[in-house]
Amino acid sequence: MDSQYCVIELIVKNHPGVMSHITGLFARRAFNLEGILCGQIGNSGDSRMYLLVKNDERLEQIIKQVQKLYDVKEVSICKDCKPSIFTNISELVKNSSCEI
Amino acid sequence: MADSKKDTKTINGAQLLIKLLEHQGIDIIAGIPGGANLPIYDALYESSIRHILVRHEQAAGFFAQGISRTTGKAAVCFATSGPGATNALTAIADAKLDSIPVVAITGQVSYSLVGTDAFQEVDTYGLTLPITKHNFLVRDVMELFEVIPEAFRIAVSGRPGPVVVDIPKDVQLQTVNLSELPDIFILEEEDIEDKETLNTIEKAARMINESKRPVLYIGGGVINADASQIITEIAEKSSIPVTCTLMGLGAFSPENPLYLGMLGMHGARYTNFLLDETDLLIALGVRFDDRATGKVESFCPNASIIHFDIDNAEINKVKKAHINIVGGLKPILNKLAPLIKANERKEWIGKLNDLKEKHPFVMPPETDLFHPLTIIRELGNILSEDDIVATDVGQHQMWTAQGYPVRKPRTFLTSGGLGTMGFGLPTAIGAAVANPDKRVVCISGDGSILMNIQEFATLADLQPDLKVIIMNNGYLGLVRQQQEMIYNKHYIASKFDSSPDFAAIAKGFGIKGVRIGTDENPIEVIRKCISEPGPCVIDVPVRSEENVVPIVPPGKANYEMIGGEL
Repeated sequence: MDSQYCVIELIVKNHPGVMSHITGLFARRAFNLEGILCGQIGNSGDSRMYLLVKNDERLEQIIKQVQKLYDVKEVSICKDCKPSIFTNISELVKNSSCEI
Repeated sequence: MADSKKDTKTINGAQLLIKLLEHQGIDIIAGIPGGANLPIYDALYESSIRHILVRHEQAAGFFAQGISRTTGKAAVCFATSGPGATNALTAIADAKLDSIPVVAITGQVSYSLVGTDAFQEVDTYGLTLPITKHNFLVRDVMELFEVIPEAFRIAVSGRPGPVVVDIPKDVQLQTVNLSELPDIFILEEEDIEDKETLNTIEKAARMINESKRPVLYIGGGVINADASQIITEIAEKSSIPVTCTLMGLGAFSPENPLYLGMLGMHGARYTNFLLDETDLLIALGVRFDDRATGKVESFCPNASIIHFDIDNAEINKVKKAHINIVGGLKPILNKLAPLIKANERKEWIGKLNDLKEKHPFVMPPETDLFHPLTIIRELGNILSEDDIVATDVGQHQMWTAQGYPVRKPRTFLTSGGLGTMGFGLPTAIGAAVANPDKRVVCISGDGSILMNIQEFATLADLQPDLKVIIMNNGYLGLVRQQQEMIYNKHYIASKFDSSPDFAAIAKGFGIKGVRIGTDENPIEVIRKCISEPGPCVIDVPVRSEENVVPIVPPGKANYEMIGGEL
């Protein structure tokens, strides 16, 4: 993974439909989505989500469309996130083992 | 809170829903009851809200659109779970594409049964997710206090759009103590104070004042923003020609010499030629749709672009704007207007008049009585500026867009984005019920009308002053035309082998029906029908193999139009 990818960070309302809203948007607008990390932020009722996307000319449009989703509270490009945080995930998926 | 109820009493979720809808000011709802929304209908029994029983849930959605498109307010439709909800999908998707605020409230099987493939269970939330501005599945009666006002706020604020609220039956029956109702959202116009935006407005004014060949390109966003008057002011002061998208028709007077009509695929030749020469495109409430731009790289090739829109995602989506502002058009333009200098633009207006003379929109001769454009032009003379015209989708729709003078915003209702055949009749009925003082005409085709013809029954129930004019050519005309022009005259599945007697069908439903003979004068018959109150279906045998011209073939640049030459 290198700079052809970037990581979008989202704060979203945590409820059963939110993941469908995010992934559905990527599918129907034909945006590439290479990886997702998601977890609840304490007991706040919010979740933080990291999306690994291609860093190309569609990035501006992706961010604007994600911003429009009702359950999305904040969107930013995570400058400090290294796309390599997803590497372990892809290892996990590839090896089907939890020992990484 | 002015409207709050102080006395506490126990009611159920359905009753709470109806109270919240009344509180929103909703007075008409179209829908169809069924197992999963019967508690809602039971609550409606006690309500002052008028319910319109349509004959198909898609028609309920379009009926609501007819209210919304003519009044600018959010309108509501009801459907039951399963097939009720799936039937409504097309009308909801249509509202999404054209940014129409509709709140669709669907019944769902009890939440305890969700996920069990219960009778008439379908994942309404999942199905409506990609075709709504937002959707809710209500899991507890208490959520209604927040979800219902929020649904209306979402529907009308920013770029409007449809919202679905799916309510399981057990939530409808769950009891709750009602003490007071929540505040309702009122859309307020904000004044612009932001320095950066004010600077951009000044910059835009400079660009407009310095431009030699500007064109205003305006769309449905102008109608939603109620900005048509201020645009007219700017255009007239600075002598800027104005072109409308299909959704923008009515936002600028067709009688104004600066008016260019519609642009793009079926725009007039001079309009597309003038756009080819503009040095500044002022794009207001538009989204650079492919039917308007043609091949994007060749659209206004020499122009700088100013793009103002309420939806940030439309900026730079298709065409990069040199400057842009995201926000309500009216406050932006109110600030811009005083900065625009008076300018006669003699050269540019000379160019416009020259192109218009050489490449006008060619109308058939008035004696060509069975050409659809002749009939539509005459309708423009028969109807007044306040009357409402709804269309279906196809050739008749494009001819209406080309030939009918839409003189006021919100008087032309058409399915622009989704292009839904079957849109016309139920939308027209909704418009007629919401505007009982106006005449409504639905212009349809023999293909489109069959896609919601069951609504003749609703027409018979309500008896509004609504005329349905069917331009009957025995074809799916726009398909036949494309097969002729692009698919080597390989006609397949575009000609109807039989044609129903629409006048007899109308009579069967209990409404007046007229079938015009080829030996009659169709204009005179239509004029007479329109002069009589109440509904009437008029079947007009138009010439069957006319094409909509000019036409920009899909994928081509707008200057590569075919047909429509003098």
